Amino acid sequence: MGLKTFNHGIHPAYNKGLTQSKKIEKASLPSKVVIPLQQHIGAPCKPLVKKGDTVAEGQKIGETTTFVTAPVHSSISGKVKEIERLPYPCGGKVLSVIIEGDGTVKDWGSGDTDLELESITKEELRNIIREAGIVGMGGAAFPTHVKLSPPKEKKIDVFILNGCECEPYLTSDHRLMVEEPEKVLWGMKAMMKAIGVENGFIGIEENKPDAIDALERVTRGSNIKVVALKTKYPQGAEKMLVKAVIDRKVPVGKLPMDMGCVVNNVGTAFAVYEAVKYKKPLIERVITVSGNGVREPKNLLVRIGTSFEDVLNQCGGIAGEGEKEVLNGGPMMGIAQTTLEAPVIKGTSGITVLTGKEIKPYKYDPCIRCSSCVEVCPVNLMPYKLGDLGRLYRLDDFKAWGGLVCIECGCCSYTCPSKRPLLHWIRVGKVKIREREKV
Amino acid sequence: MEEKTQLEKLVVSSSPHFLRDENIPKIMHAVILALLPAMAASVYFFGFRALMLIIVSGVSCLITEYACQKIRKKPVTIRDGSAAITGILMALTLPPSFPYYGAVLGSIFAVGVGKQLFGGIGYNIFNPALLGRVFLQATYPVMITTWSEPLSKATKAGVDAVSAATPLALMKFEGKWTSHLDLFFGNTPGSIGETSALAILMGGLYLRYRGYINWKMPLGYLGSMAFLGGIFYLINPSKYPDPLFHILAGGAMLGAWFMVTDMVTSPVTPLGQWIFVICAGALAVIIRLFGGLPEGVMYSILLMNAFVPLLNKHTRPRFFGEGIKVE
Repeated sequence: MGLKTFNHGIHPAYNKGLTQSKKIEKASLPSKVVIPLQQHIGAPCKPLVKKGDTVAEGQKIGETTTFVTAPVHSSISGKVKEIERLPYPCGGKVLSVIIEGDGTVKDWGSGDTDLELESITKEELRNIIREAGIVGMGGAAFPTHVKLSPPKEKKIDVFILNGCECEPYLTSDHRLMVEEPEKVLWGMKAMMKAIGVENGFIGIEENKPDAIDALERVTRGSNIKVVALKTKYPQGAEKMLVKAVIDRKVPVGKLPMDMGCVVNNVGTAFAVYEAVKYKKPLIERVITVSGNGVREPKNLLVRIGTSFEDVLNQCGGIAGEGEKEVLNGGPMMGIAQTTLEAPVIKGTSGITVLTGKEIKPYKYDPCIRCSSCVEVCPVNLMPYKLGDLGRLYRLDDFKAWGGLVCIECGCCSYTCPSKRPLLHWIRVGKVKIREREKV
Repeated sequence: MEEKTQLEKLVVSSSPHFLRDENIPKIMHAVILALLPAMAASVYFFGFRALMLIIVSGVSCLITEYACQKIRKKPVTIRDGSAAITGILMALTLPPSFPYYGAVLGSIFAVGVGKQLFGGIGYNIFNPALLGRVFLQATYPVMITTWSEPLSKATKAGVDAVSAATPLALMKFEGKWTSHLDLFFGNTPGSIGETSALAILMGGLYLRYRGYINWKMPLGYLGSMAFLGGIFYLINPSKYPDPLFHILAGGAMLGAWFMVTDMVTSPVTPLGQWIFVICAGALAVIIRLFGGLPEGVMYSILLMNAFVPLLNKHTRPRFFGEGIKVE
């Protein structure tokens, strides 16, 4: 059977065996959390608390009135120790609230569990999702309520749940689908209702047969179809997923919304379930802690704001001598950390620690026009050329050769035999264009 | 204190953070491995002299590369195998009786002018091995067209004494055909490494198996030769050779599997690659049938090498979603 997929792409070493059969464990309650006031794409929140305030678990501590934003909540109950700019896992520093815990835990499971979707209106659903601070949990952290509120003139006819998890090492979505398929499905249905879509698809790569089975079991006889997709990176990239599942190509600068479809991640669906059923805001999430530099790789349910160091210590600590690279996310799209004090945020799908040979070399060789980068680019660019144009700030040419089409999946850098940092140079070009167009 | 030591050991780079286990030496060494059958065939058919030609050319190329990189104050990369390939490939295109000093000169030109003058690996426009060959063709036009029979057909007189015509020359100037079987196994006069289609094919298929060449390059080139050659064959079978003869004779096989597929000097876009191989194949046939020389593979590839930057520029693939209208 020909599995659905997109053109080009790569087959990296997935290394999912380290954690894919490990049940999600609950992490221990952190004694201190650092909650950044911006964990999403959009406007940063303003703090609603001040130093010395007592906060409850799940209490909203950051908010703003802009549409494209998501409020943030305290993930433990305790006292606000400080509000200051602190290291942020996506780079730089962000205004963050430090909360010292009092050791108590709130029981969210006692809420209205018989709640049926039929009894809630579209607007209520969107509002609950917004108030719960839910963002896309695949990594991009785009506010979910914005995705669920397409402009009236856009006809949305398809909803796709992204269960690809094409990033090497990560298995958090995989475990959620295997362990909580009903809840994931419920969250998906809630999102479909919030937009008013009838047709739903769940795209899962074929390397997760147990997840496919679990979701097929719970979707049997419904209008939601499970679609097995070829295991290939970046299958989980929004545009690639839309192409694979419903064969629509989202053009440059457009959103899946423009092609009549909305895509959301499995982790997001689970968060929506908890938010709607238990009125529980997004204060914890499942992350995969893996990589050859982690002693005991695990799938952990971690409270937002827990430091990377705390999480790694619960996984036996960092293994081995020499250089380490600690990533917020997986090795293909993750962000390297400068400090282990950085907190787990809503968009942290995993923590990957690479050591030794897995770390890429610094040196690169001349391009030998082997055309590997052209052959793997999922958006049909010529990365070897764009890399040079970006590096040399030849911005007009960079634009003409499609630099802004790049989805930053990193296939080109991955495949380059000369180890040229192509994606890095393309990013340089993109940043320079953004700077120029701002002025 | 402990935290500090940990911080010092954190590597920070931009994504992706792990890369494919692939590098230039690995590719080049695979190509050298793939050339082994052709080298073995050359020694089998033309004896010790063939081996010496390969060694002399290979070593001269390595020395030239080393000297150029020293003069340019660049890191010495002779271990990556690319200069050795140039030497081997050039030697394989030489007649068995070609003088060693000629091979040395050709190697110096191939690597010194053909590659290092352009900036070294990755920057050359023309295939260095072919450039070396073309230099020798211009410098020693007689010696490079003096052929001898393979050992199996040569009499007691020895290799050097028996001069013979290549299958292409026989076809062109005397209207005689060589049997396909001899061409396939390589039992004909010709350049030491070009005669045996079988040996070259083995190496080529190995490269394909390792994923270093794209099917469309060799097959497009040979297909284009066979197609155009076939048209002329159908027009006048007594005057023009059949398509199979075209792809088995002369340098077609070596060119198709090892020179058209040279990464640096071939286009990177899918359409560009098609245009490149089809035009090169057609040019080779046209030169063979209507040019002054019996063989056209070398010039066909070099000529198309010159078009590569142009092809890359004008055959950009359509971006994902390009041209799709959204209301």
